[in-house]
Amino acid sequence: MRYSVFSLARAALNGHKSWPQAWRDHALRDRYRVIVVGGGGHGLATAYYLAKNHNITDVLVLERGYIGGGNVGRNTTIIRSNYMLPANEPFYEHSLKLWEGLAQDLNFNMMVSQRGVLNLYHSDSQRDAFARRGNAMRLCGVDAELLDVDGVRKYAPLLDFDNARFPVQGGLLQPRGGTVRHDAVAWGYARAADRLGVHIAQTCEVTGLVIEGGRVAGVETPHGRILADKVGLAVAGNTSLVAQMAGIELPIETHLLTAFVSEGLKPFIDGVVTFGAGHFYLSQSDKGGLVFGGDLDGYNSYSQRGGLAEIDHVLTAGIAMVPAMSRVRMLRHWAGRMDMTMDGSPIICTTPVENLFLNGGWCYGGFKATPASGWCFAHTIAAGEPHPLNRDFTIERFRTGRVIDEKGAGPRPWLQ
Amino acid sequence: MLRIPCPCCGLRDETEFTYNGSAEAPRPTDPEDGAAAAAYVYFRANPRGWHAEYWHHAQGCRRWIKVIRHTVTHEIAASGWPDEDLPMPEAAPNTGKAGR
Repeated sequence: MRYSVFSLARAALNGHKSWPQAWRDHALRDRYRVIVVGGGGHGLATAYYLAKNHNITDVLVLERGYIGGGNVGRNTTIIRSNYMLPANEPFYEHSLKLWEGLAQDLNFNMMVSQRGVLNLYHSDSQRDAFARRGNAMRLCGVDAELLDVDGVRKYAPLLDFDNARFPVQGGLLQPRGGTVRHDAVAWGYARAADRLGVHIAQTCEVTGLVIEGGRVAGVETPHGRILADKVGLAVAGNTSLVAQMAGIELPIETHLLTAFVSEGLKPFIDGVVTFGAGHFYLSQSDKGGLVFGGDLDGYNSYSQRGGLAEIDHVLTAGIAMVPAMSRVRMLRHWAGRMDMTMDGSPIICTTPVENLFLNGGWCYGGFKATPASGWCFAHTIAAGEPHPLNRDFTIERFRTGRVIDEKGAGPRPWLQ
Repeated sequence: MLRIPCPCCGLRDETEFTYNGSAEAPRPTDPEDGAAAAAYVYFRANPRGWHAEYWHHAQGCRRWIKVIRHTVTHEIAASGWPDEDLPMPEAAPNTGKAGR
């Protein structure tokens, strides 16, 4: 059923009892053309674009948990394309362009809200670095505006402008950046992929990869072996562990990132604002809760439990940026597993195992990349070689020295 | 909050320390071997389990230490000086099924 005002009115007449399941359960077949391991945002987007762009509908998505239960439903919902390096910027801009038409494309309202993303600067050198990044964005045809302090005052009047240590001097604004309702992204892609014939199996864990003579032939699951011509891995938070099943060692370390939501407030802050003197980003959800986060916990971990030391650190940065936050009560905080690569940029590539493809290492920037990641990974799987937009996102770049180090932090994921 | 046993100062809060990553792989000895250098600098075993790592007691004795920590439970099994060969515990803490 197509979602529209007419289907809504029709369903309202019978008490909303006629809505069909958004995606169906199927009996697993013995063999598929493509298996995508991981039913998160990236895996579902990959399956959708395999069907839509490459006409490959004989696709199975295997998810160990449930759809929407992974990082796609645990992030702070920010979308933007304010990158500097030539390997990153066209990719993330493609993603932002896909976001702009995604609700119509998937026939699912994911509340894409282009309310702007503003990065504050607090010193002359930071202003120069932001001007450079803004210029690099504009060279790629992306919107970027360098605001002075009066421009920032109009945009976000609540900030502590005259902070003695970190006075706000201005900010780099990307007006087309914003937020998206993240659960709807998982549901929208799952439903749209299902409509094109993709099978989605939840609570079905991949326990091994079937590799014969250097090429992948399928996967092992608790329900038995499922064969496939090609297998794509999109298993954020477990990328190293699943790649080890194929004997592939990766330039990835898994870290913790905590996100926070406050009690619901009246309109408080308009766009997404990030602190330049510490790592802190803040926006307000449609329900009124402040949504924010900051640094990684600082040591590698698979636990999905953030520590109190980092919670204290994030809130300190938040109150330095917006003193009014000190009176706000926090509602929830939760931690996700981030697969951090050693240069802060992702991996979408072929692997040494034939017909096995890898999508991972999204650091803490995977959500905004979801559409382009699926788009490029689907191309990589279908064509057996990368799309021009993900040509540089290889594992090999760490051996050849062509790392894509946006921040220049070096192979220290906890500093990226 | 981790509580890290510093071999010099005793049990201290995580906030006194700075993390400096994996101590699992030895630094390659051949300066001409680019592949070994790349593997050492960029590639990680990233275990879900016991992990040998370096910490700097920046706000204490200012010495570097090595710690054996579990990456799911955050339990610390041993600590010592960076050149010590600390044994990895054999028994894994109860972490449930892999991946959960």
